Amino acid sequence: MSRTGRTGAGVPVPLMIPAALAVAFLVLPLAGLLVRAPWSGLAEQLTAPGVGSALRLSLVSATAATAVSLVLGVPLAWVLARSRVRGRAVLRALVTVPLVLPPVVGGVALFLVLGRQGIVGSWLDETFGITIPFTTTAVVIAQTFVAMPFLVVSVEGALRAADARFEDVAATLGADRWTTFRRVTLPMVAPGVAAGAVLCWARALGEFGATITFAGNFPGTTQTMPVAVYLALQRDPEAAVALSLVLLAVSLATLLLLRDRWLGRAGVAP
Amino acid sequence: MSLSARVRVRRGMLHVELDVEVADGEVLAVLGPNGAGKSTLLRVLAGLLAPDAGRVEVDGVPWDDVARGVHLASHRRPLGMVFQDALLFPHLSVADNVAFGLRTRGTGRAAARAAVDGWLTRVELDGLGGRRPAELSGGQAQRAALARALVGDPALLLLDEPLSALDARTRLTVRAVLRRHLAAFAGSTVLVTHDPVDAMALADRVVVVEEGRVVQAGTPVEVSRRPRTDYVARLVGLSLLPGTGQGRTVRLDGGGEVAVAEEVTGPVFAAVRPESVALYLARPEGSPRNVWLLRLAGAVPHGTTVRCELEGAVPLVADVTATAFAELGLAPGAEVWAAVKASEVAVYAR
Repeated sequence: MSRTGRTGAGVPVPLMIPAALAVAFLVLPLAGLLVRAPWSGLAEQLTAPGVGSALRLSLVSATAATAVSLVLGVPLAWVLARSRVRGRAVLRALVTVPLVLPPVVGGVALFLVLGRQGIVGSWLDETFGITIPFTTTAVVIAQTFVAMPFLVVSVEGALRAADARFEDVAATLGADRWTTFRRVTLPMVAPGVAAGAVLCWARALGEFGATITFAGNFPGTTQTMPVAVYLALQRDPEAAVALSLVLLAVSLATLLLLRDRWLGRAGVAP
Repeated sequence: MSLSARVRVRRGMLHVELDVEVADGEVLAVLGPNGAGKSTLLRVLAGLLAPDAGRVEVDGVPWDDVARGVHLASHRRPLGMVFQDALLFPHLSVADNVAFGLRTRGTGRAAARAAVDGWLTRVELDGLGGRRPAELSGGQAQRAALARALVGDPALLLLDEPLSALDARTRLTVRAVLRRHLAAFAGSTVLVTHDPVDAMALADRVVVVEEGRVVQAGTPVEVSRRPRTDYVARLVGLSLLPGTGQGRTVRLDGGGEVAVAEEVTGPVFAAVRPESVALYLARPEGSPRNVWLLRLAGAVPHGTTVRCELEGAVPLVADVTATAFAELGLAPGAEVWAAVKASEVAVYAR
């Protein structure tokens, strides 16, 4: 059964070579980033005006987008996984569209709905005098639009994997569905929710297309790290590399967190 | 406190049509093979599944009445349920598991705590309240599940194969605990099982369910002595031979004849215990009136004996000692003489 050959025994050459190429393809650009990084002037680059505010804005908006996704997305995942609502398959398909949609299209769509001339946007503007595009709120909305499906899909998977018989047990012990959700279902899928939240946060942090389309590029209010990187590349490539390093570090930290704290536990959850 | 239920459920090929009545303090065992509709019945009683037709009433309160559109949600029914795999909530301590029903039904923290401690003692889990379910053995977990079901003083207790996930030795001890608590329980109990030993040991009355219907009902002793279907006969280890009585002979539907000790007429069952069948390589001389030449279809060790399945005009199961089996030197397919005394054949009307 178990072949424990020492030097890649068992991997046929036609698979081995493409696999090695794939690894090189994925790893080399990152290695290049590290090699070409302006290590000596790094401190200077990162303390330049604008970098701090872009980083802060990115962290705050990604966290806010994750919070909104949790509040709205976990209940949605429950509905998809547990309820017997009609047209659930259609609902799931609709919800996951942003997963495959080019983010810039999402940004255009948001603009059409929430922009000043938009269906909802014009009403908000006339009734409350609220304008959404090109504000930090717009950043959070754009990131939530793109990132929430990751959370929904992840939590729905966790709910489907969780043993629904525990919910029957709770019902026979006098718990209504809301109590059951709070005291049984949610604690049992907590690792899945956490993993989904981290994925969602990482996706929100890297969001570029929808953000620049719907929220624009105003330093301090809508210029997030990815937007800053893109702009920096045009006028000061060294600054772009420095900013990219920061995002790379945050991504790697997220991956480690995901693997050690949650994915590992989710993998062995009873 | 009493249960009266008329349950009609259609699930694909299975049509469940079961009527059960359980009095105060009575334990009814629902015995049957997998897929017979036992668990469906239990899910309806628990309120987890709405019946297509029928009525469930406990202590005169309708829990389900399809004709009148009554369906009491599961969490509003004062019941306790024990599942096959204990199903203790993995994220809660044992004590919090037992307290769960009390807390959801509004008992205060301190009162719940006291009740839980009392029940942990009663099911011999003192001092284990702080543990996680994963740290309990199978038997301990099932006892905790029993405490969790009974702590709220339910009107109806539902047991869904409570012992079948346990190993043989643990099953003995948990069965003893269960027996003690069922004897003390004032409400009605429905025990679903496919193990006749559980039914015999725990129930006051047994209904045998096959393909969604009751095929036999009675006390455990009646059911085990006089099975009415092949399924029950096999469960209790009897060979069941349907036939027609003529004097002291039963002409079997399958073709053979069996001599019995009493006069019988009309459709009857003849039942033979495996230990009363003797096997010989040559036709035995002397007293037994029942001697048949049969074929060995299969043989499996069964405790200290070997259980031999015999086919022919009178299909039988015979238990012989391992030594005797070795001396006979039988291979599957070999012919063998089987003898049974007429007085060893139980016979009763169909």
